[in-house]
Amino acid sequence: MPRPGFVLEVDRSTPPTLFWRGENFSLEKLPAGRSRVIYAPEPLPAIKDVDAAIRHALANPIDSDPLKALMFSGMKLTIAFDDISLPLPKMRRPDIRQRVIEAVLDTAAEVGVDDVHIIAALALHRRMTEDELRHALGDRVYDAFAPRGQLYQHDAEDPNGMTSLGQTPHGEDVEINKRAAESDLLVYVNINMVAMDGGWKSTATGLSSYRSLRHHHNVNTMRQSRSFMDQHRSELHHSNWRMGKVLKESGPRIFQIETTINTDTFPAPFEFLSKREWEWGAKERATYLATTKALNRTPVKLARKIFHSIESPHQMTSIQCGEVEAVHKITTENVWKQQLVEVKGQTDILTMGIPFISPYNVHSIMNPILVACMGLGYYFNMYKGKPLVREGGVVIMTHPTYPDFHPVHHPSYIDFFEQVLADTTDPAVIEAKYEKQFAEDEWYKHLYRTGYAYHGVHPFYMWYWASHAMAHLGRTIVVGGDPRAVRRLGFTPASTMSDAFEIAQDVVGPSPTVTHLHTPPLMVADVS
Amino acid sequence: MVIDTTVVIAESLAGKRIAITGATGFVGTALVERLLRSVPGCELVLLIRAGKRMTAADRLRREILKNDAFDRLREELGGAVAFDEMATRRVRAIEGDVSNDGLGLTEEDRAILATCDIVIHSAAAVAFDSPLDRAVEINLMGPTRVAQTLQSLGSTAHLVAVSTCYVAGNRRGRAPEELVSEGPFDLGISWKAEVAASRRLRSDVEAQSREPERLLKFRSDARRELGAAGGPALGGKTEQLRIRWVDDQLVLAGRARAAAVGWPDAYAFTKALGEQALMESRGNVPVSIVRPSIIESAVAEPRPGWIRGFRMAEPVIISYARALLKEFPGIPEGTIDVVPVDMVVATIIAVAALGPERAPRITQIASGSVNPMKYGTLQDNVREFFTKNPLYDNEGQPIIVPEWSFPGRGRVQGQLVRAKNVVTRTERVLQSLPLRGQQALWSARLEERRIEIERALEYVELYGLYTECEAIYDVTNLLRMWDDLDEEDRRTFCFDPRQMDWEHYVHNIHLPSVVSHARVKTTPGRSKIDRSARLRKGVLAPERQVAAFDLENTLIASNVVESFSWLATRRLPAGDRARFVLRQLAEAPTLLRLDRADRSDFLRYFYRRYEDAPLDVLAKDAQELLSRLIITKSFPAGIRRVREHRAAGHRTILITGALSFVVEPLRPLFDEIVASNMTVRADGTLSGELMGVPPTGETRAQVLSDYCAANGFSMEQAVAYADSSSDLPLLEAVGFPVAVNPETRLATIARKRGWLVEDWKKAPGAPRALLPIGPLLSERERRAGALQ
Repeated sequence: MPRPGFVLEVDRSTPPTLFWRGENFSLEKLPAGRSRVIYAPEPLPAIKDVDAAIRHALANPIDSDPLKALMFSGMKLTIAFDDISLPLPKMRRPDIRQRVIEAVLDTAAEVGVDDVHIIAALALHRRMTEDELRHALGDRVYDAFAPRGQLYQHDAEDPNGMTSLGQTPHGEDVEINKRAAESDLLVYVNINMVAMDGGWKSTATGLSSYRSLRHHHNVNTMRQSRSFMDQHRSELHHSNWRMGKVLKESGPRIFQIETTINTDTFPAPFEFLSKREWEWGAKERATYLATTKALNRTPVKLARKIFHSIESPHQMTSIQCGEVEAVHKITTENVWKQQLVEVKGQTDILTMGIPFISPYNVHSIMNPILVACMGLGYYFNMYKGKPLVREGGVVIMTHPTYPDFHPVHHPSYIDFFEQVLADTTDPAVIEAKYEKQFAEDEWYKHLYRTGYAYHGVHPFYMWYWASHAMAHLGRTIVVGGDPRAVRRLGFTPASTMSDAFEIAQDVVGPSPTVTHLHTPPLMVADVS
Repeated sequence: MVIDTTVVIAESLAGKRIAITGATGFVGTALVERLLRSVPGCELVLLIRAGKRMTAADRLRREILKNDAFDRLREELGGAVAFDEMATRRVRAIEGDVSNDGLGLTEEDRAILATCDIVIHSAAAVAFDSPLDRAVEINLMGPTRVAQTLQSLGSTAHLVAVSTCYVAGNRRGRAPEELVSEGPFDLGISWKAEVAASRRLRSDVEAQSREPERLLKFRSDARRELGAAGGPALGGKTEQLRIRWVDDQLVLAGRARAAAVGWPDAYAFTKALGEQALMESRGNVPVSIVRPSIIESAVAEPRPGWIRGFRMAEPVIISYARALLKEFPGIPEGTIDVVPVDMVVATIIAVAALGPERAPRITQIASGSVNPMKYGTLQDNVREFFTKNPLYDNEGQPIIVPEWSFPGRGRVQGQLVRAKNVVTRTERVLQSLPLRGQQALWSARLEERRIEIERALEYVELYGLYTECEAIYDVTNLLRMWDDLDEEDRRTFCFDPRQMDWEHYVHNIHLPSVVSHARVKTTPGRSKIDRSARLRKGVLAPERQVAAFDLENTLIASNVVESFSWLATRRLPAGDRARFVLRQLAEAPTLLRLDRADRSDFLRYFYRRYEDAPLDVLAKDAQELLSRLIITKSFPAGIRRVREHRAAGHRTILITGALSFVVEPLRPLFDEIVASNMTVRADGTLSGELMGVPPTGETRAQVLSDYCAANGFSMEQAVAYADSSSDLPLLEAVGFPVAVNPETRLATIARKRGWLVEDWKKAPGAPRALLPIGPLLSERERRAGALQ
């Protein structure tokens, strides 16, 4: 029976706490008597017979006829699936998406459906490489569909590839992939890692375009989403729901398949990362020492390669399918079951270790903008109720924040860093002054459509993701970060954790309370 | 009978028409200014040599009247309008050249010259290191030509010739105001023979410079300096080197000839013979000679410290202040004979005013015999000045000036020669290394350092002789003239060297003027004005019209060999890949050699390997190549710059030797792509042969100028980005050249010419592949590719 998450009060006998530092980790001593560490619940048990569960779910959907009953010979069937941003790190083969899609295809074959397209619902993310597609879908699906042009990636800038479905009562344009829109049935295959994912957001975001996304991917929406992990208090979700309504009325029939996975994140030799420090034995201690020592001597490029080749052992804990909203309600409950930790009261200082990976740098580089987004966008928003850190409080993150960028994946990020952030770090100003120019840039569009680049506007979304935190916090400090890059982000660099605490006291006063978000695995704090 | 020699200068010159040669020079400009301001009744006719693109009248306007010497007069007259009106009324330029017989005057200008009452000849080749024949034509023959022209016009205008005290040569002790040829040290040298010899020498050296071995050497030197810059550029450079070599030979010859017969340099030597020639050939033209010693900045007129050009002692002083010249040869108790320019001008005007009958035949204006400045004292003053007011180095740190120990010339020269050798050798090594960007700039800096040392060495060689000169110049005639001068004239036209307070002059007048002229750093701290930022702004200014970009090493750190390897291996199985890589590596040295020799030959040779390749497959793979190789190896700042140009409304054009289908994926970045094109056979395979000349070297300049002409743009408003000296023709052709990550040679050239240099890097963290080979494809895809 997995243990639930809990909050540890740090006293003098508490061993140092583990912090991620990009492609490395460190153990930091937190001040005794006024610090606490939030540990996530242990991984939930996985479903033993995954294929059977999938078959069962497809045959017994929620508020919907069984999948097979929705299919007919001669129909247009489109299967859309979550892209490379999920799950993190990538899953060991076979990926859940492969298993689900194979089951869907089997069903389609039984009915005699020939016109099947499989589309990576990547919105404005980068296109997946062949290897990545093979990893997510398996060689069988890839080899059967890709050469015939029936497995491809959503292209939000294809002038002939999008269909407008109208507007929401709020005047939000709803535009999705033309093939999906014109299909008799759209099957969406999702992996739900955090409560933000899934539901209407799958289709309304994953298969849409800049013209649609701009209505909820903006500073105002993000500041009204408190947090975007908590759907009912998230303007991001409200907008997606409104769009979902339009989809429901004028779009294709949608059969939503959602899965949840447990938080069994790291394989050997990195299991110690998920283990509570006072439970470390000689083996964990030795592995920690050996790993950090070795990583200290490893060139960062090699370290990146090593970490990005990690395949996570996480497994499926639930699958549900059928009508979007009904399905997503159950999915969200399942996610909460795995991730929710009750926390009493806010803190002055929230500390977090930023890992080597975020949803947007798989097989790539965690560049400074992604560091900001990971810390202030994601980790800061891992709350229900109130933010973990009080208004005017401080976030301290640990990450080397090299000013490194992947030129193929993140070309517009480089220019965002060199031009936009050099001018201002205020999300609202950035949005007003630069967004349109980057979003409509022909060169970025070209690289997004034909290369492996995130859309020109994507770095802006990363920055907006952090805008709620930026407005809420008194200061953000990065320990061990490249000072130039950290200052460019508008943050304060510190060389050690104790320096950071010193600096933070200028903002929050003496003897502040400290809370550490102990990741991995991911958790969401239910702050009362 | 006592003649009343007291004259009121301005009155006696009123209504006179005065011709002046050498008005664009230091003394000439001061003379024109003084006459216009202090002798309101005179008119001036200035004999000016036309420049390459400027007429005599242009030079009068731009090089003389615009000089800050005239600021005072302009103000006194009440502004530019009044000044211009006065100048138009009183000053006239005629085109002529004292190195031509008959001064190269038109009939009309001859008539004007014939109406002049006084001719002041101050034109001279004052550089101590002029080529011998040039010094002879100007310094020796110049005065004679002026006199002969006057004779031919039937004019008996008073000819006042400006010479130099140093015609006395390397003598110790008194040097009187008489012709050297009439003194005790006359060597009986025939000026006519010297003229003939120098002309013969010019033609001999010209002939030598055209000997095949020499021309080959110039050619190979040009190639070393420019690299594969293409025929026209190399030809131009070779000819430039030949001309420079000829000049160098003649400079050496001049110095040797002068030293052989007892003069410090060709200047003094030719001036001495020039006086002699003038006296012999003047006919009935009355002649007075004025001999100044070393002329320095003005003590009072038109304003204290006024100076024009960078002259004799200034480079030495600045080199010392920058601690470049650690020692300077000289004798501390030796005299350094300096006179301020305004005293020289006053003397000339006084001589002219006295007229041929009353003026002494020769007047020396020097300070050594009546109010000497000791070399040791000068040095103390200079040192004190720069200790109080130090110059600052590039880091903003004050430069500590060294203490001179007055060593012999040999020792100083030895030090400098050794330093030069070390720097030269290091420079050679650096130039032979394949350096780029920041590293290549070391070499450029080193070259600057070498030039500085070379210059210091020249100063020591040339000026050293002057500091060692122990002649004392007699000023009896000068002082007699002074004694006879009216009180008022003494105030207006002071030329009494006894009145000089040297310490005050050096400290408060001369050195501040020298420092402000030298544009050196006189304030602490790093300089705030970022030159590159200013140039960058210029490059992106809205008035620019076209921006041309090279591709390889300008926008991406890759080349045609890499893209070929990538494309060629993309569809190869593992075993064949290994063989391919080995073959490529084995061939690398040959390719490198070919590339260095001639870019277009290399491309033709290399592109043969695309023969038989199916174009459609390549075009498809090129799309993948964009992400896998080109963008991976691109310089994000470079790509950004292209886009900035487009945002500014400029047309962007890519000019590259790469094949068109390889660069096709870059099309959205540019308005125009000019690349190598390969002919395609009917079956869709490539022939391996290029259509036309690949756009490399000088062809690029042509491509861009054609593009500009076709679109109505001007090359003056064009920007070009390139990395290699082979792109020099392109860079030189546009108004705004930018050297990107320049290789050593281009870095040096760019630095010298003040071009914008960009140091663009690959994205930090960009994936780095060991070998540029395509990723292994699945068996299935490979087969599919092969089938196509």
